[in-house]
Amino acid sequence: MEFRAELKYSQDHEWVKEEDGVVTIGISDFAQSQLGDLVYVNLPEVGDEVVVGESFGDVESVKAVSEVLSPVTGVVCEINEEILDAPESINEAAFDAWFIKVKDVTEYDELMNAEEYEAFCAK
Amino acid sequence: MGSYVPNTLEERQAMLEGMGFQSMDDLFKHIPEEVKIKNGLDIPEGMSELEVSRRMKKIAGKNRVFETIFRGAGAYRHYIPAIVKTVISKENLLTAYTPYQAEISQGILQSIFEYQTMISDLTGMDVSNACVYDGATAAAEAVVMCQERKRSKTFVSATVHPDVMAVIRTYCFGNGVEIVEIPEKNGVTDLEFLAANIDDTTAGVLIQHPNYYGNLEDAAAIGEITHGAGARYVMCVNPITLGVLKSPREYGADIAVGEGQPLGLSLGFGGPYLGFMTCTEKLVRKLPGRIVGQTRDHNGKVGYVLTLQAREQHIRREKASSNICSNQALCALAAGVYMASVGSEGLKEVATQCTSKAHYLAEGLKSIGFALEYENFFHEFVTISDKDSSKVLEALEAEGILGGLALDEKRILWCCTEVNTKDEMDAVVRILKEV
Amino acid sequence: MLIFEKSRPGRGICALPGNDVPAVLPSQKDLRETKLHLPELSEVELSRHYTELAKKSHGVNDGFYPLGSCTMKYNPRINEEMAGLPQFTEIHPLQPAHTVQGCLEVLKTAERYLCEITGMDAMTLQPAAGAHGEFTGLLLIKAYHESRGDKARTKIIVPDSAHGTNPASAAMAGYSVVSIPSREDGCVDLDKLREAVGPDTAGLMLTNPNTVGLFDKNILEITEIIHSCGGLCYYDGANLNAVMGVVRPGDMGFDVIHLNLHKTFSTPHGGGGPGSGPVGCKAELAQFLPSYRVAEGEELSLYKAENSIGEVKSFYGNFLVVVRALTYMMTLGKEGIPEASKNAVLNANYMMNQLKDLYTMAYDEVCMHEFVMTLDPLKNETGISAMDIAKGLLDFGIHPPTMYFPLIVHEALMVEPTETESKETMDYAISVFRDLYEKAHQDPEALHMAPVTTPVTRMDEVGAARNPVLRYKFD
Repeated sequence: MEFRAELKYSQDHEWVKEEDGVVTIGISDFAQSQLGDLVYVNLPEVGDEVVVGESFGDVESVKAVSEVLSPVTGVVCEINEEILDAPESINEAAFDAWFIKVKDVTEYDELMNAEEYEAFCAK
Repeated sequence: MGSYVPNTLEERQAMLEGMGFQSMDDLFKHIPEEVKIKNGLDIPEGMSELEVSRRMKKIAGKNRVFETIFRGAGAYRHYIPAIVKTVISKENLLTAYTPYQAEISQGILQSIFEYQTMISDLTGMDVSNACVYDGATAAAEAVVMCQERKRSKTFVSATVHPDVMAVIRTYCFGNGVEIVEIPEKNGVTDLEFLAANIDDTTAGVLIQHPNYYGNLEDAAAIGEITHGAGARYVMCVNPITLGVLKSPREYGADIAVGEGQPLGLSLGFGGPYLGFMTCTEKLVRKLPGRIVGQTRDHNGKVGYVLTLQAREQHIRREKASSNICSNQALCALAAGVYMASVGSEGLKEVATQCTSKAHYLAEGLKSIGFALEYENFFHEFVTISDKDSSKVLEALEAEGILGGLALDEKRILWCCTEVNTKDEMDAVVRILKEV
Repeated sequence: MLIFEKSRPGRGICALPGNDVPAVLPSQKDLRETKLHLPELSEVELSRHYTELAKKSHGVNDGFYPLGSCTMKYNPRINEEMAGLPQFTEIHPLQPAHTVQGCLEVLKTAERYLCEITGMDAMTLQPAAGAHGEFTGLLLIKAYHESRGDKARTKIIVPDSAHGTNPASAAMAGYSVVSIPSREDGCVDLDKLREAVGPDTAGLMLTNPNTVGLFDKNILEITEIIHSCGGLCYYDGANLNAVMGVVRPGDMGFDVIHLNLHKTFSTPHGGGGPGSGPVGCKAELAQFLPSYRVAEGEELSLYKAENSIGEVKSFYGNFLVVVRALTYMMTLGKEGIPEASKNAVLNANYMMNQLKDLYTMAYDEVCMHEFVMTLDPLKNETGISAMDIAKGLLDFGIHPPTMYFPLIVHEALMVEPTETESKETMDYAISVFRDLYEKAHQDPEALHMAPVTTPVTRMDEVGAARNPVLRYKFD
């Protein structure tokens, strides 16, 4: 199980990386391991607004669907089309398979650092 | 009293006592007394199989079976090859549940995969689901498939079957989708109305081809108008006609649905029938209901499973694309056997005979003073005459013929299929000459 | 091998005589250009193909089928024979009323019996399946509120133990779903229910016995809570096989119900359908029922209810399924119907009692027609899951119980033997369950590999979903 030190994490198991005012969001390695083999991803469209704590998409395994909750409030400026075609890349490398990039961020969820998140997952 | 409980009274008592109960009532003790039935059900006593058989046959005997039928309007009598009934009576197929346990359901799963292939080949579309309830509900589900966040209304032609329109409206009473009816003009969809009113809030356009009156629509032109506005194009089609007519894909449809009853299902007083749904690959995630896919087992052997299940209600619950669970699987099986038994050439022949015979009857009726309301039809057509529709139909009924469907006092909607013979049609003309 | 791979150009069956009228075809612009690829097989090849497919399928007649919530009881042959009478199968749905008096009598009689069994005043037989019935029933509720000018009722309350169709149907009817948690015993938490209701409550969807197989004793209080806030109560009839002739939804305070004729009333499941999902309601809601209804008079006739929600399907529903269910009701009659339910409950309790020393019951009390086990302890101990046990049963000719439902029980297996199974059949299944339990401890690896005697082993479902192959591709 990987917990990347340079990232922040939400209680809903998303990872967050901020660079030049743009926030990149994905799901953690822990989350993908819990969800099992992913077979499909639903993402929002560029220009959509995302809100802290609200669903912006979902991930499907064979027998379950789980919503992905946004750790920030802002506007989607890019989506990762590659994971739409290859959801298995999330299982293979959760921290490279980002979901969306968000700009104009006005609000953040309470986020944890890697150490705190690892402890959170161990509970 | 008939019963299908194998255990004898003694065996039941022994089972009860083995658990420390005295009587059956002990098993229901926890149900509050005030809601229990006190004096039994007010229905007749049970019967032996022989008595039931007599009773049901007596009821059935009150129906009249017409040897000759010229009525369609959504339900069609075609010849059903004997093998169709043989296959759907096979107990392993008839009495099985939905094939969730793939290892012991390969036969059913493969039959659905074959059905999906045949239906999508017929409509020219990329994919098919395992079926829905009937043609009307398939149309209503197709309207739902068209919806997008920024597009909220759907145009439906007034020339679709009235039940299709009614079911779409009922579904939309539920989901709040706005339906705009495209008026009829000269027996077909009013293209000018559509072109003038369609806009970028339009999610879809739905027509029936051939339409309720049997007429051929300008289906390609409607497709162009629809796509010009960025909307999705839904065609409701009669599968038999596709042996001859252009496939929905050739007309540009994004979604093709229809009533599958003509493919080997009996009239059955309206059901069970079969709703088929096919679409482009791009829309597959929006397709409701079960879908079977090909895969391999752990030993690498090719097999079939229900797939893309996360679209469905048992997983997605209130966010599912539809609530459908049970479908009409056995009817889809029948349709598959029918298509396999007639084959490509056979289907062409059935379709050719249907339209040829309809034109023959239409000519015959014209020769005795009936006018044709529209000329460009397939195997159903509308006559108009001064003769009262009910008198016309009564005269035929007296001779054991179920005539067309009266649309009003003057107009009758007729249908011919391959089972109607030249002699039958000549008889209709002979009888009506005297009315 | 797929039927397309068996196809040979030029083969076929001779079903039709030649065209006896001059051939007429539509104009060129409407003629099909793309090639059709329907199979071409002789009748013998065709017949063998489907016999082979039948052999690779498993129906109620192939063995015990204790699939919880699905009521896989025996499908009597007489029902099939009656539904196959030409005086039913050869009737056009738009024939004049005086030529279909038998069909209308079937509809009317089935409606009357089903109303009596459920304590309802009126019923439509138009819905084609249970979920279709739910949708129809919810539209009745919607029409009722709207007819009173009450537009504020936008929510349907559904317990978290409900069938997936319940929330999906509510959403289709335009409602938002309020999911309330069940108590630990699977019953409705009255406090949570009271908190959830209000002037925006359109209704409650409930099944009783509930999805864990227990009868909710507080049912009158539950329906009263909904009624007192102005909502209506919807009964999901999936579990009616537990209580026919014993207690009626109408007497428990329900206003609208649907039934599953393909569960409770013995019509076959057909590999997934057709079913039939009649919807019954109390008198004040009858005006909203879908068309058509059967009117009595000198002769029977069809009419549309005055404030009907409209059609939910073409014509009158899955008529031939209704013929089967009516045959069944006539056979069993007033004593046979409660006898069926009582024996369904007896059989479920018998199996539960014979298994509970090994398997952990989710609720160890008198159950109704089905019971739920949790394989959580076994999984923790041995790594053997509900799925593994289910797959293990396949090697013994037993259809597995419903897996992983209800969602509120971990590693759930839901067992519904039905009344049509003999003690010997259940004893055999009990012995298999017990053997599998032993095997889970002694050789869990082997059980992970089960089944091994079936035409295929466990399938790669992930691959199927990631790279969907949904049809045969012709060259």
